[in-house]
Amino acid sequence: MDEFVKSRIKQVRKGDQNAFGEIVELYKDKVFQLCFRMLGNSHEAEDISQEAFIRAYINIERYNIDRKFSTWLYRIATNLCIDRIRKKKPDYYLDAEVAGTEGLTLYSQIPASQLAPDEEVSKIELQEIIQNEILKLPEKYRAVIVLRYIEELPLLEISKILDLPIGTVKTRIHRGREALRKQLRHI
Amino acid sequence: MNRCPEIITEYMHEYLDGEILPEHKNILTVHLKSCADCRQHFQELEKSIALVKSISHVQAPADFTQKVLMNLPKEKKKVSVKRWFSRHPVLTAASIFSIFMAASLLSHWSGDDFSVTKNPDLVIENNTAIVPEGETVTGDIVVKNGDIRIDGKVDGSVTVINGEIVNGESYMASAGQVKGDIVEINEAFEWLWYQMKHIFESTMNMLTGKE
Repeated sequence: MDEFVKSRIKQVRKGDQNAFGEIVELYKDKVFQLCFRMLGNSHEAEDISQEAFIRAYINIERYNIDRKFSTWLYRIATNLCIDRIRKKKPDYYLDAEVAGTEGLTLYSQIPASQLAPDEEVSKIELQEIIQNEILKLPEKYRAVIVLRYIEELPLLEISKILDLPIGTVKTRIHRGREALRKQLRHI
Repeated sequence: MNRCPEIITEYMHEYLDGEILPEHKNILTVHLKSCADCRQHFQELEKSIALVKSISHVQAPADFTQKVLMNLPKEKKKVSVKRWFSRHPVLTAASIFSIFMAASLLSHWSGDDFSVTKNPDLVIENNTAIVPEGETVTGDIVVKNGDIRIDGKVDGSVTVINGEIVNGESYMASAGQVKGDIVEINEAFEWLWYQMKHIFESTMNMLTGKE
């Protein structure tokens, strides 16, 4: 597969857009999934993953052909997602206390989806819960958790994608796991 | 749980990273057997990982690739021509043949080394052949990729390919000094060049079906 990607990239460098189409076909699901889990909605995810591919095309000369293409592509996508998250960050937080109340956060003002106690949580609802818990993670933990457990990438590759020492990646994964454990243990 | 050493949690994470040393693994296993709190902690970690992994099957929208390609900067034209060639090997072979043919014709004309017919009476100076004043050169002279200056006389024809006759005088004056014909091939060469380019271009356009 690496050889296939390499030969396509050489064609892309000559300006062949059909060859780039084959690359997009190969990675679109992975990149879309990465963006979807980072951002939490499919509209934005499509926007950002489209943008990631277009940037990869425009900057293809800067890609080092001896390295793994997917690492470079994920890096572009992850950076775009993190930028987007920072831009849209609200100036209030759901778990900040509501003024004038005691121990009452905005979470408690969102009507909880009412389930009968013995009702099975449906598969789709479960997925939504998990996605929401991922979205509650600060972006630096969210990125490593998504790359590790959704994209199932090895630690070394994650460290290359995020341009972080492997020790930092591990620490973030550990903290991310602990945060998820606290949120998901009662499901 | 609180009384358990912090290192146990570290080992749990090492284990989950798939990077635990055998001796750490032994300590962890022994500890988990005896400590219910840590066991629960460990199970909760594994459970949350499994839950996160369970949602990892999302697909990009159906028209995704199409949309990306539509939004790329415009493709260079030469690339679509190249792709066309790779899909039509027979015509590609034909056009490569014609390119070689044209190239061999061209190289015949466009070799840019200066050369001149050997003649003891001719003087060569900076790519210019000179017929010295008072001398008479017997025989035809061919000058390629250079000029000729005729101060004396030539008993024969003068042919200049890719160069010109210089002496600040008109052909008529020179003609008096040359018994044979005076031929300059620059024009012919240019005409041939133009013709070949023209033929080549129309072949290309015919092949690619454009314009």
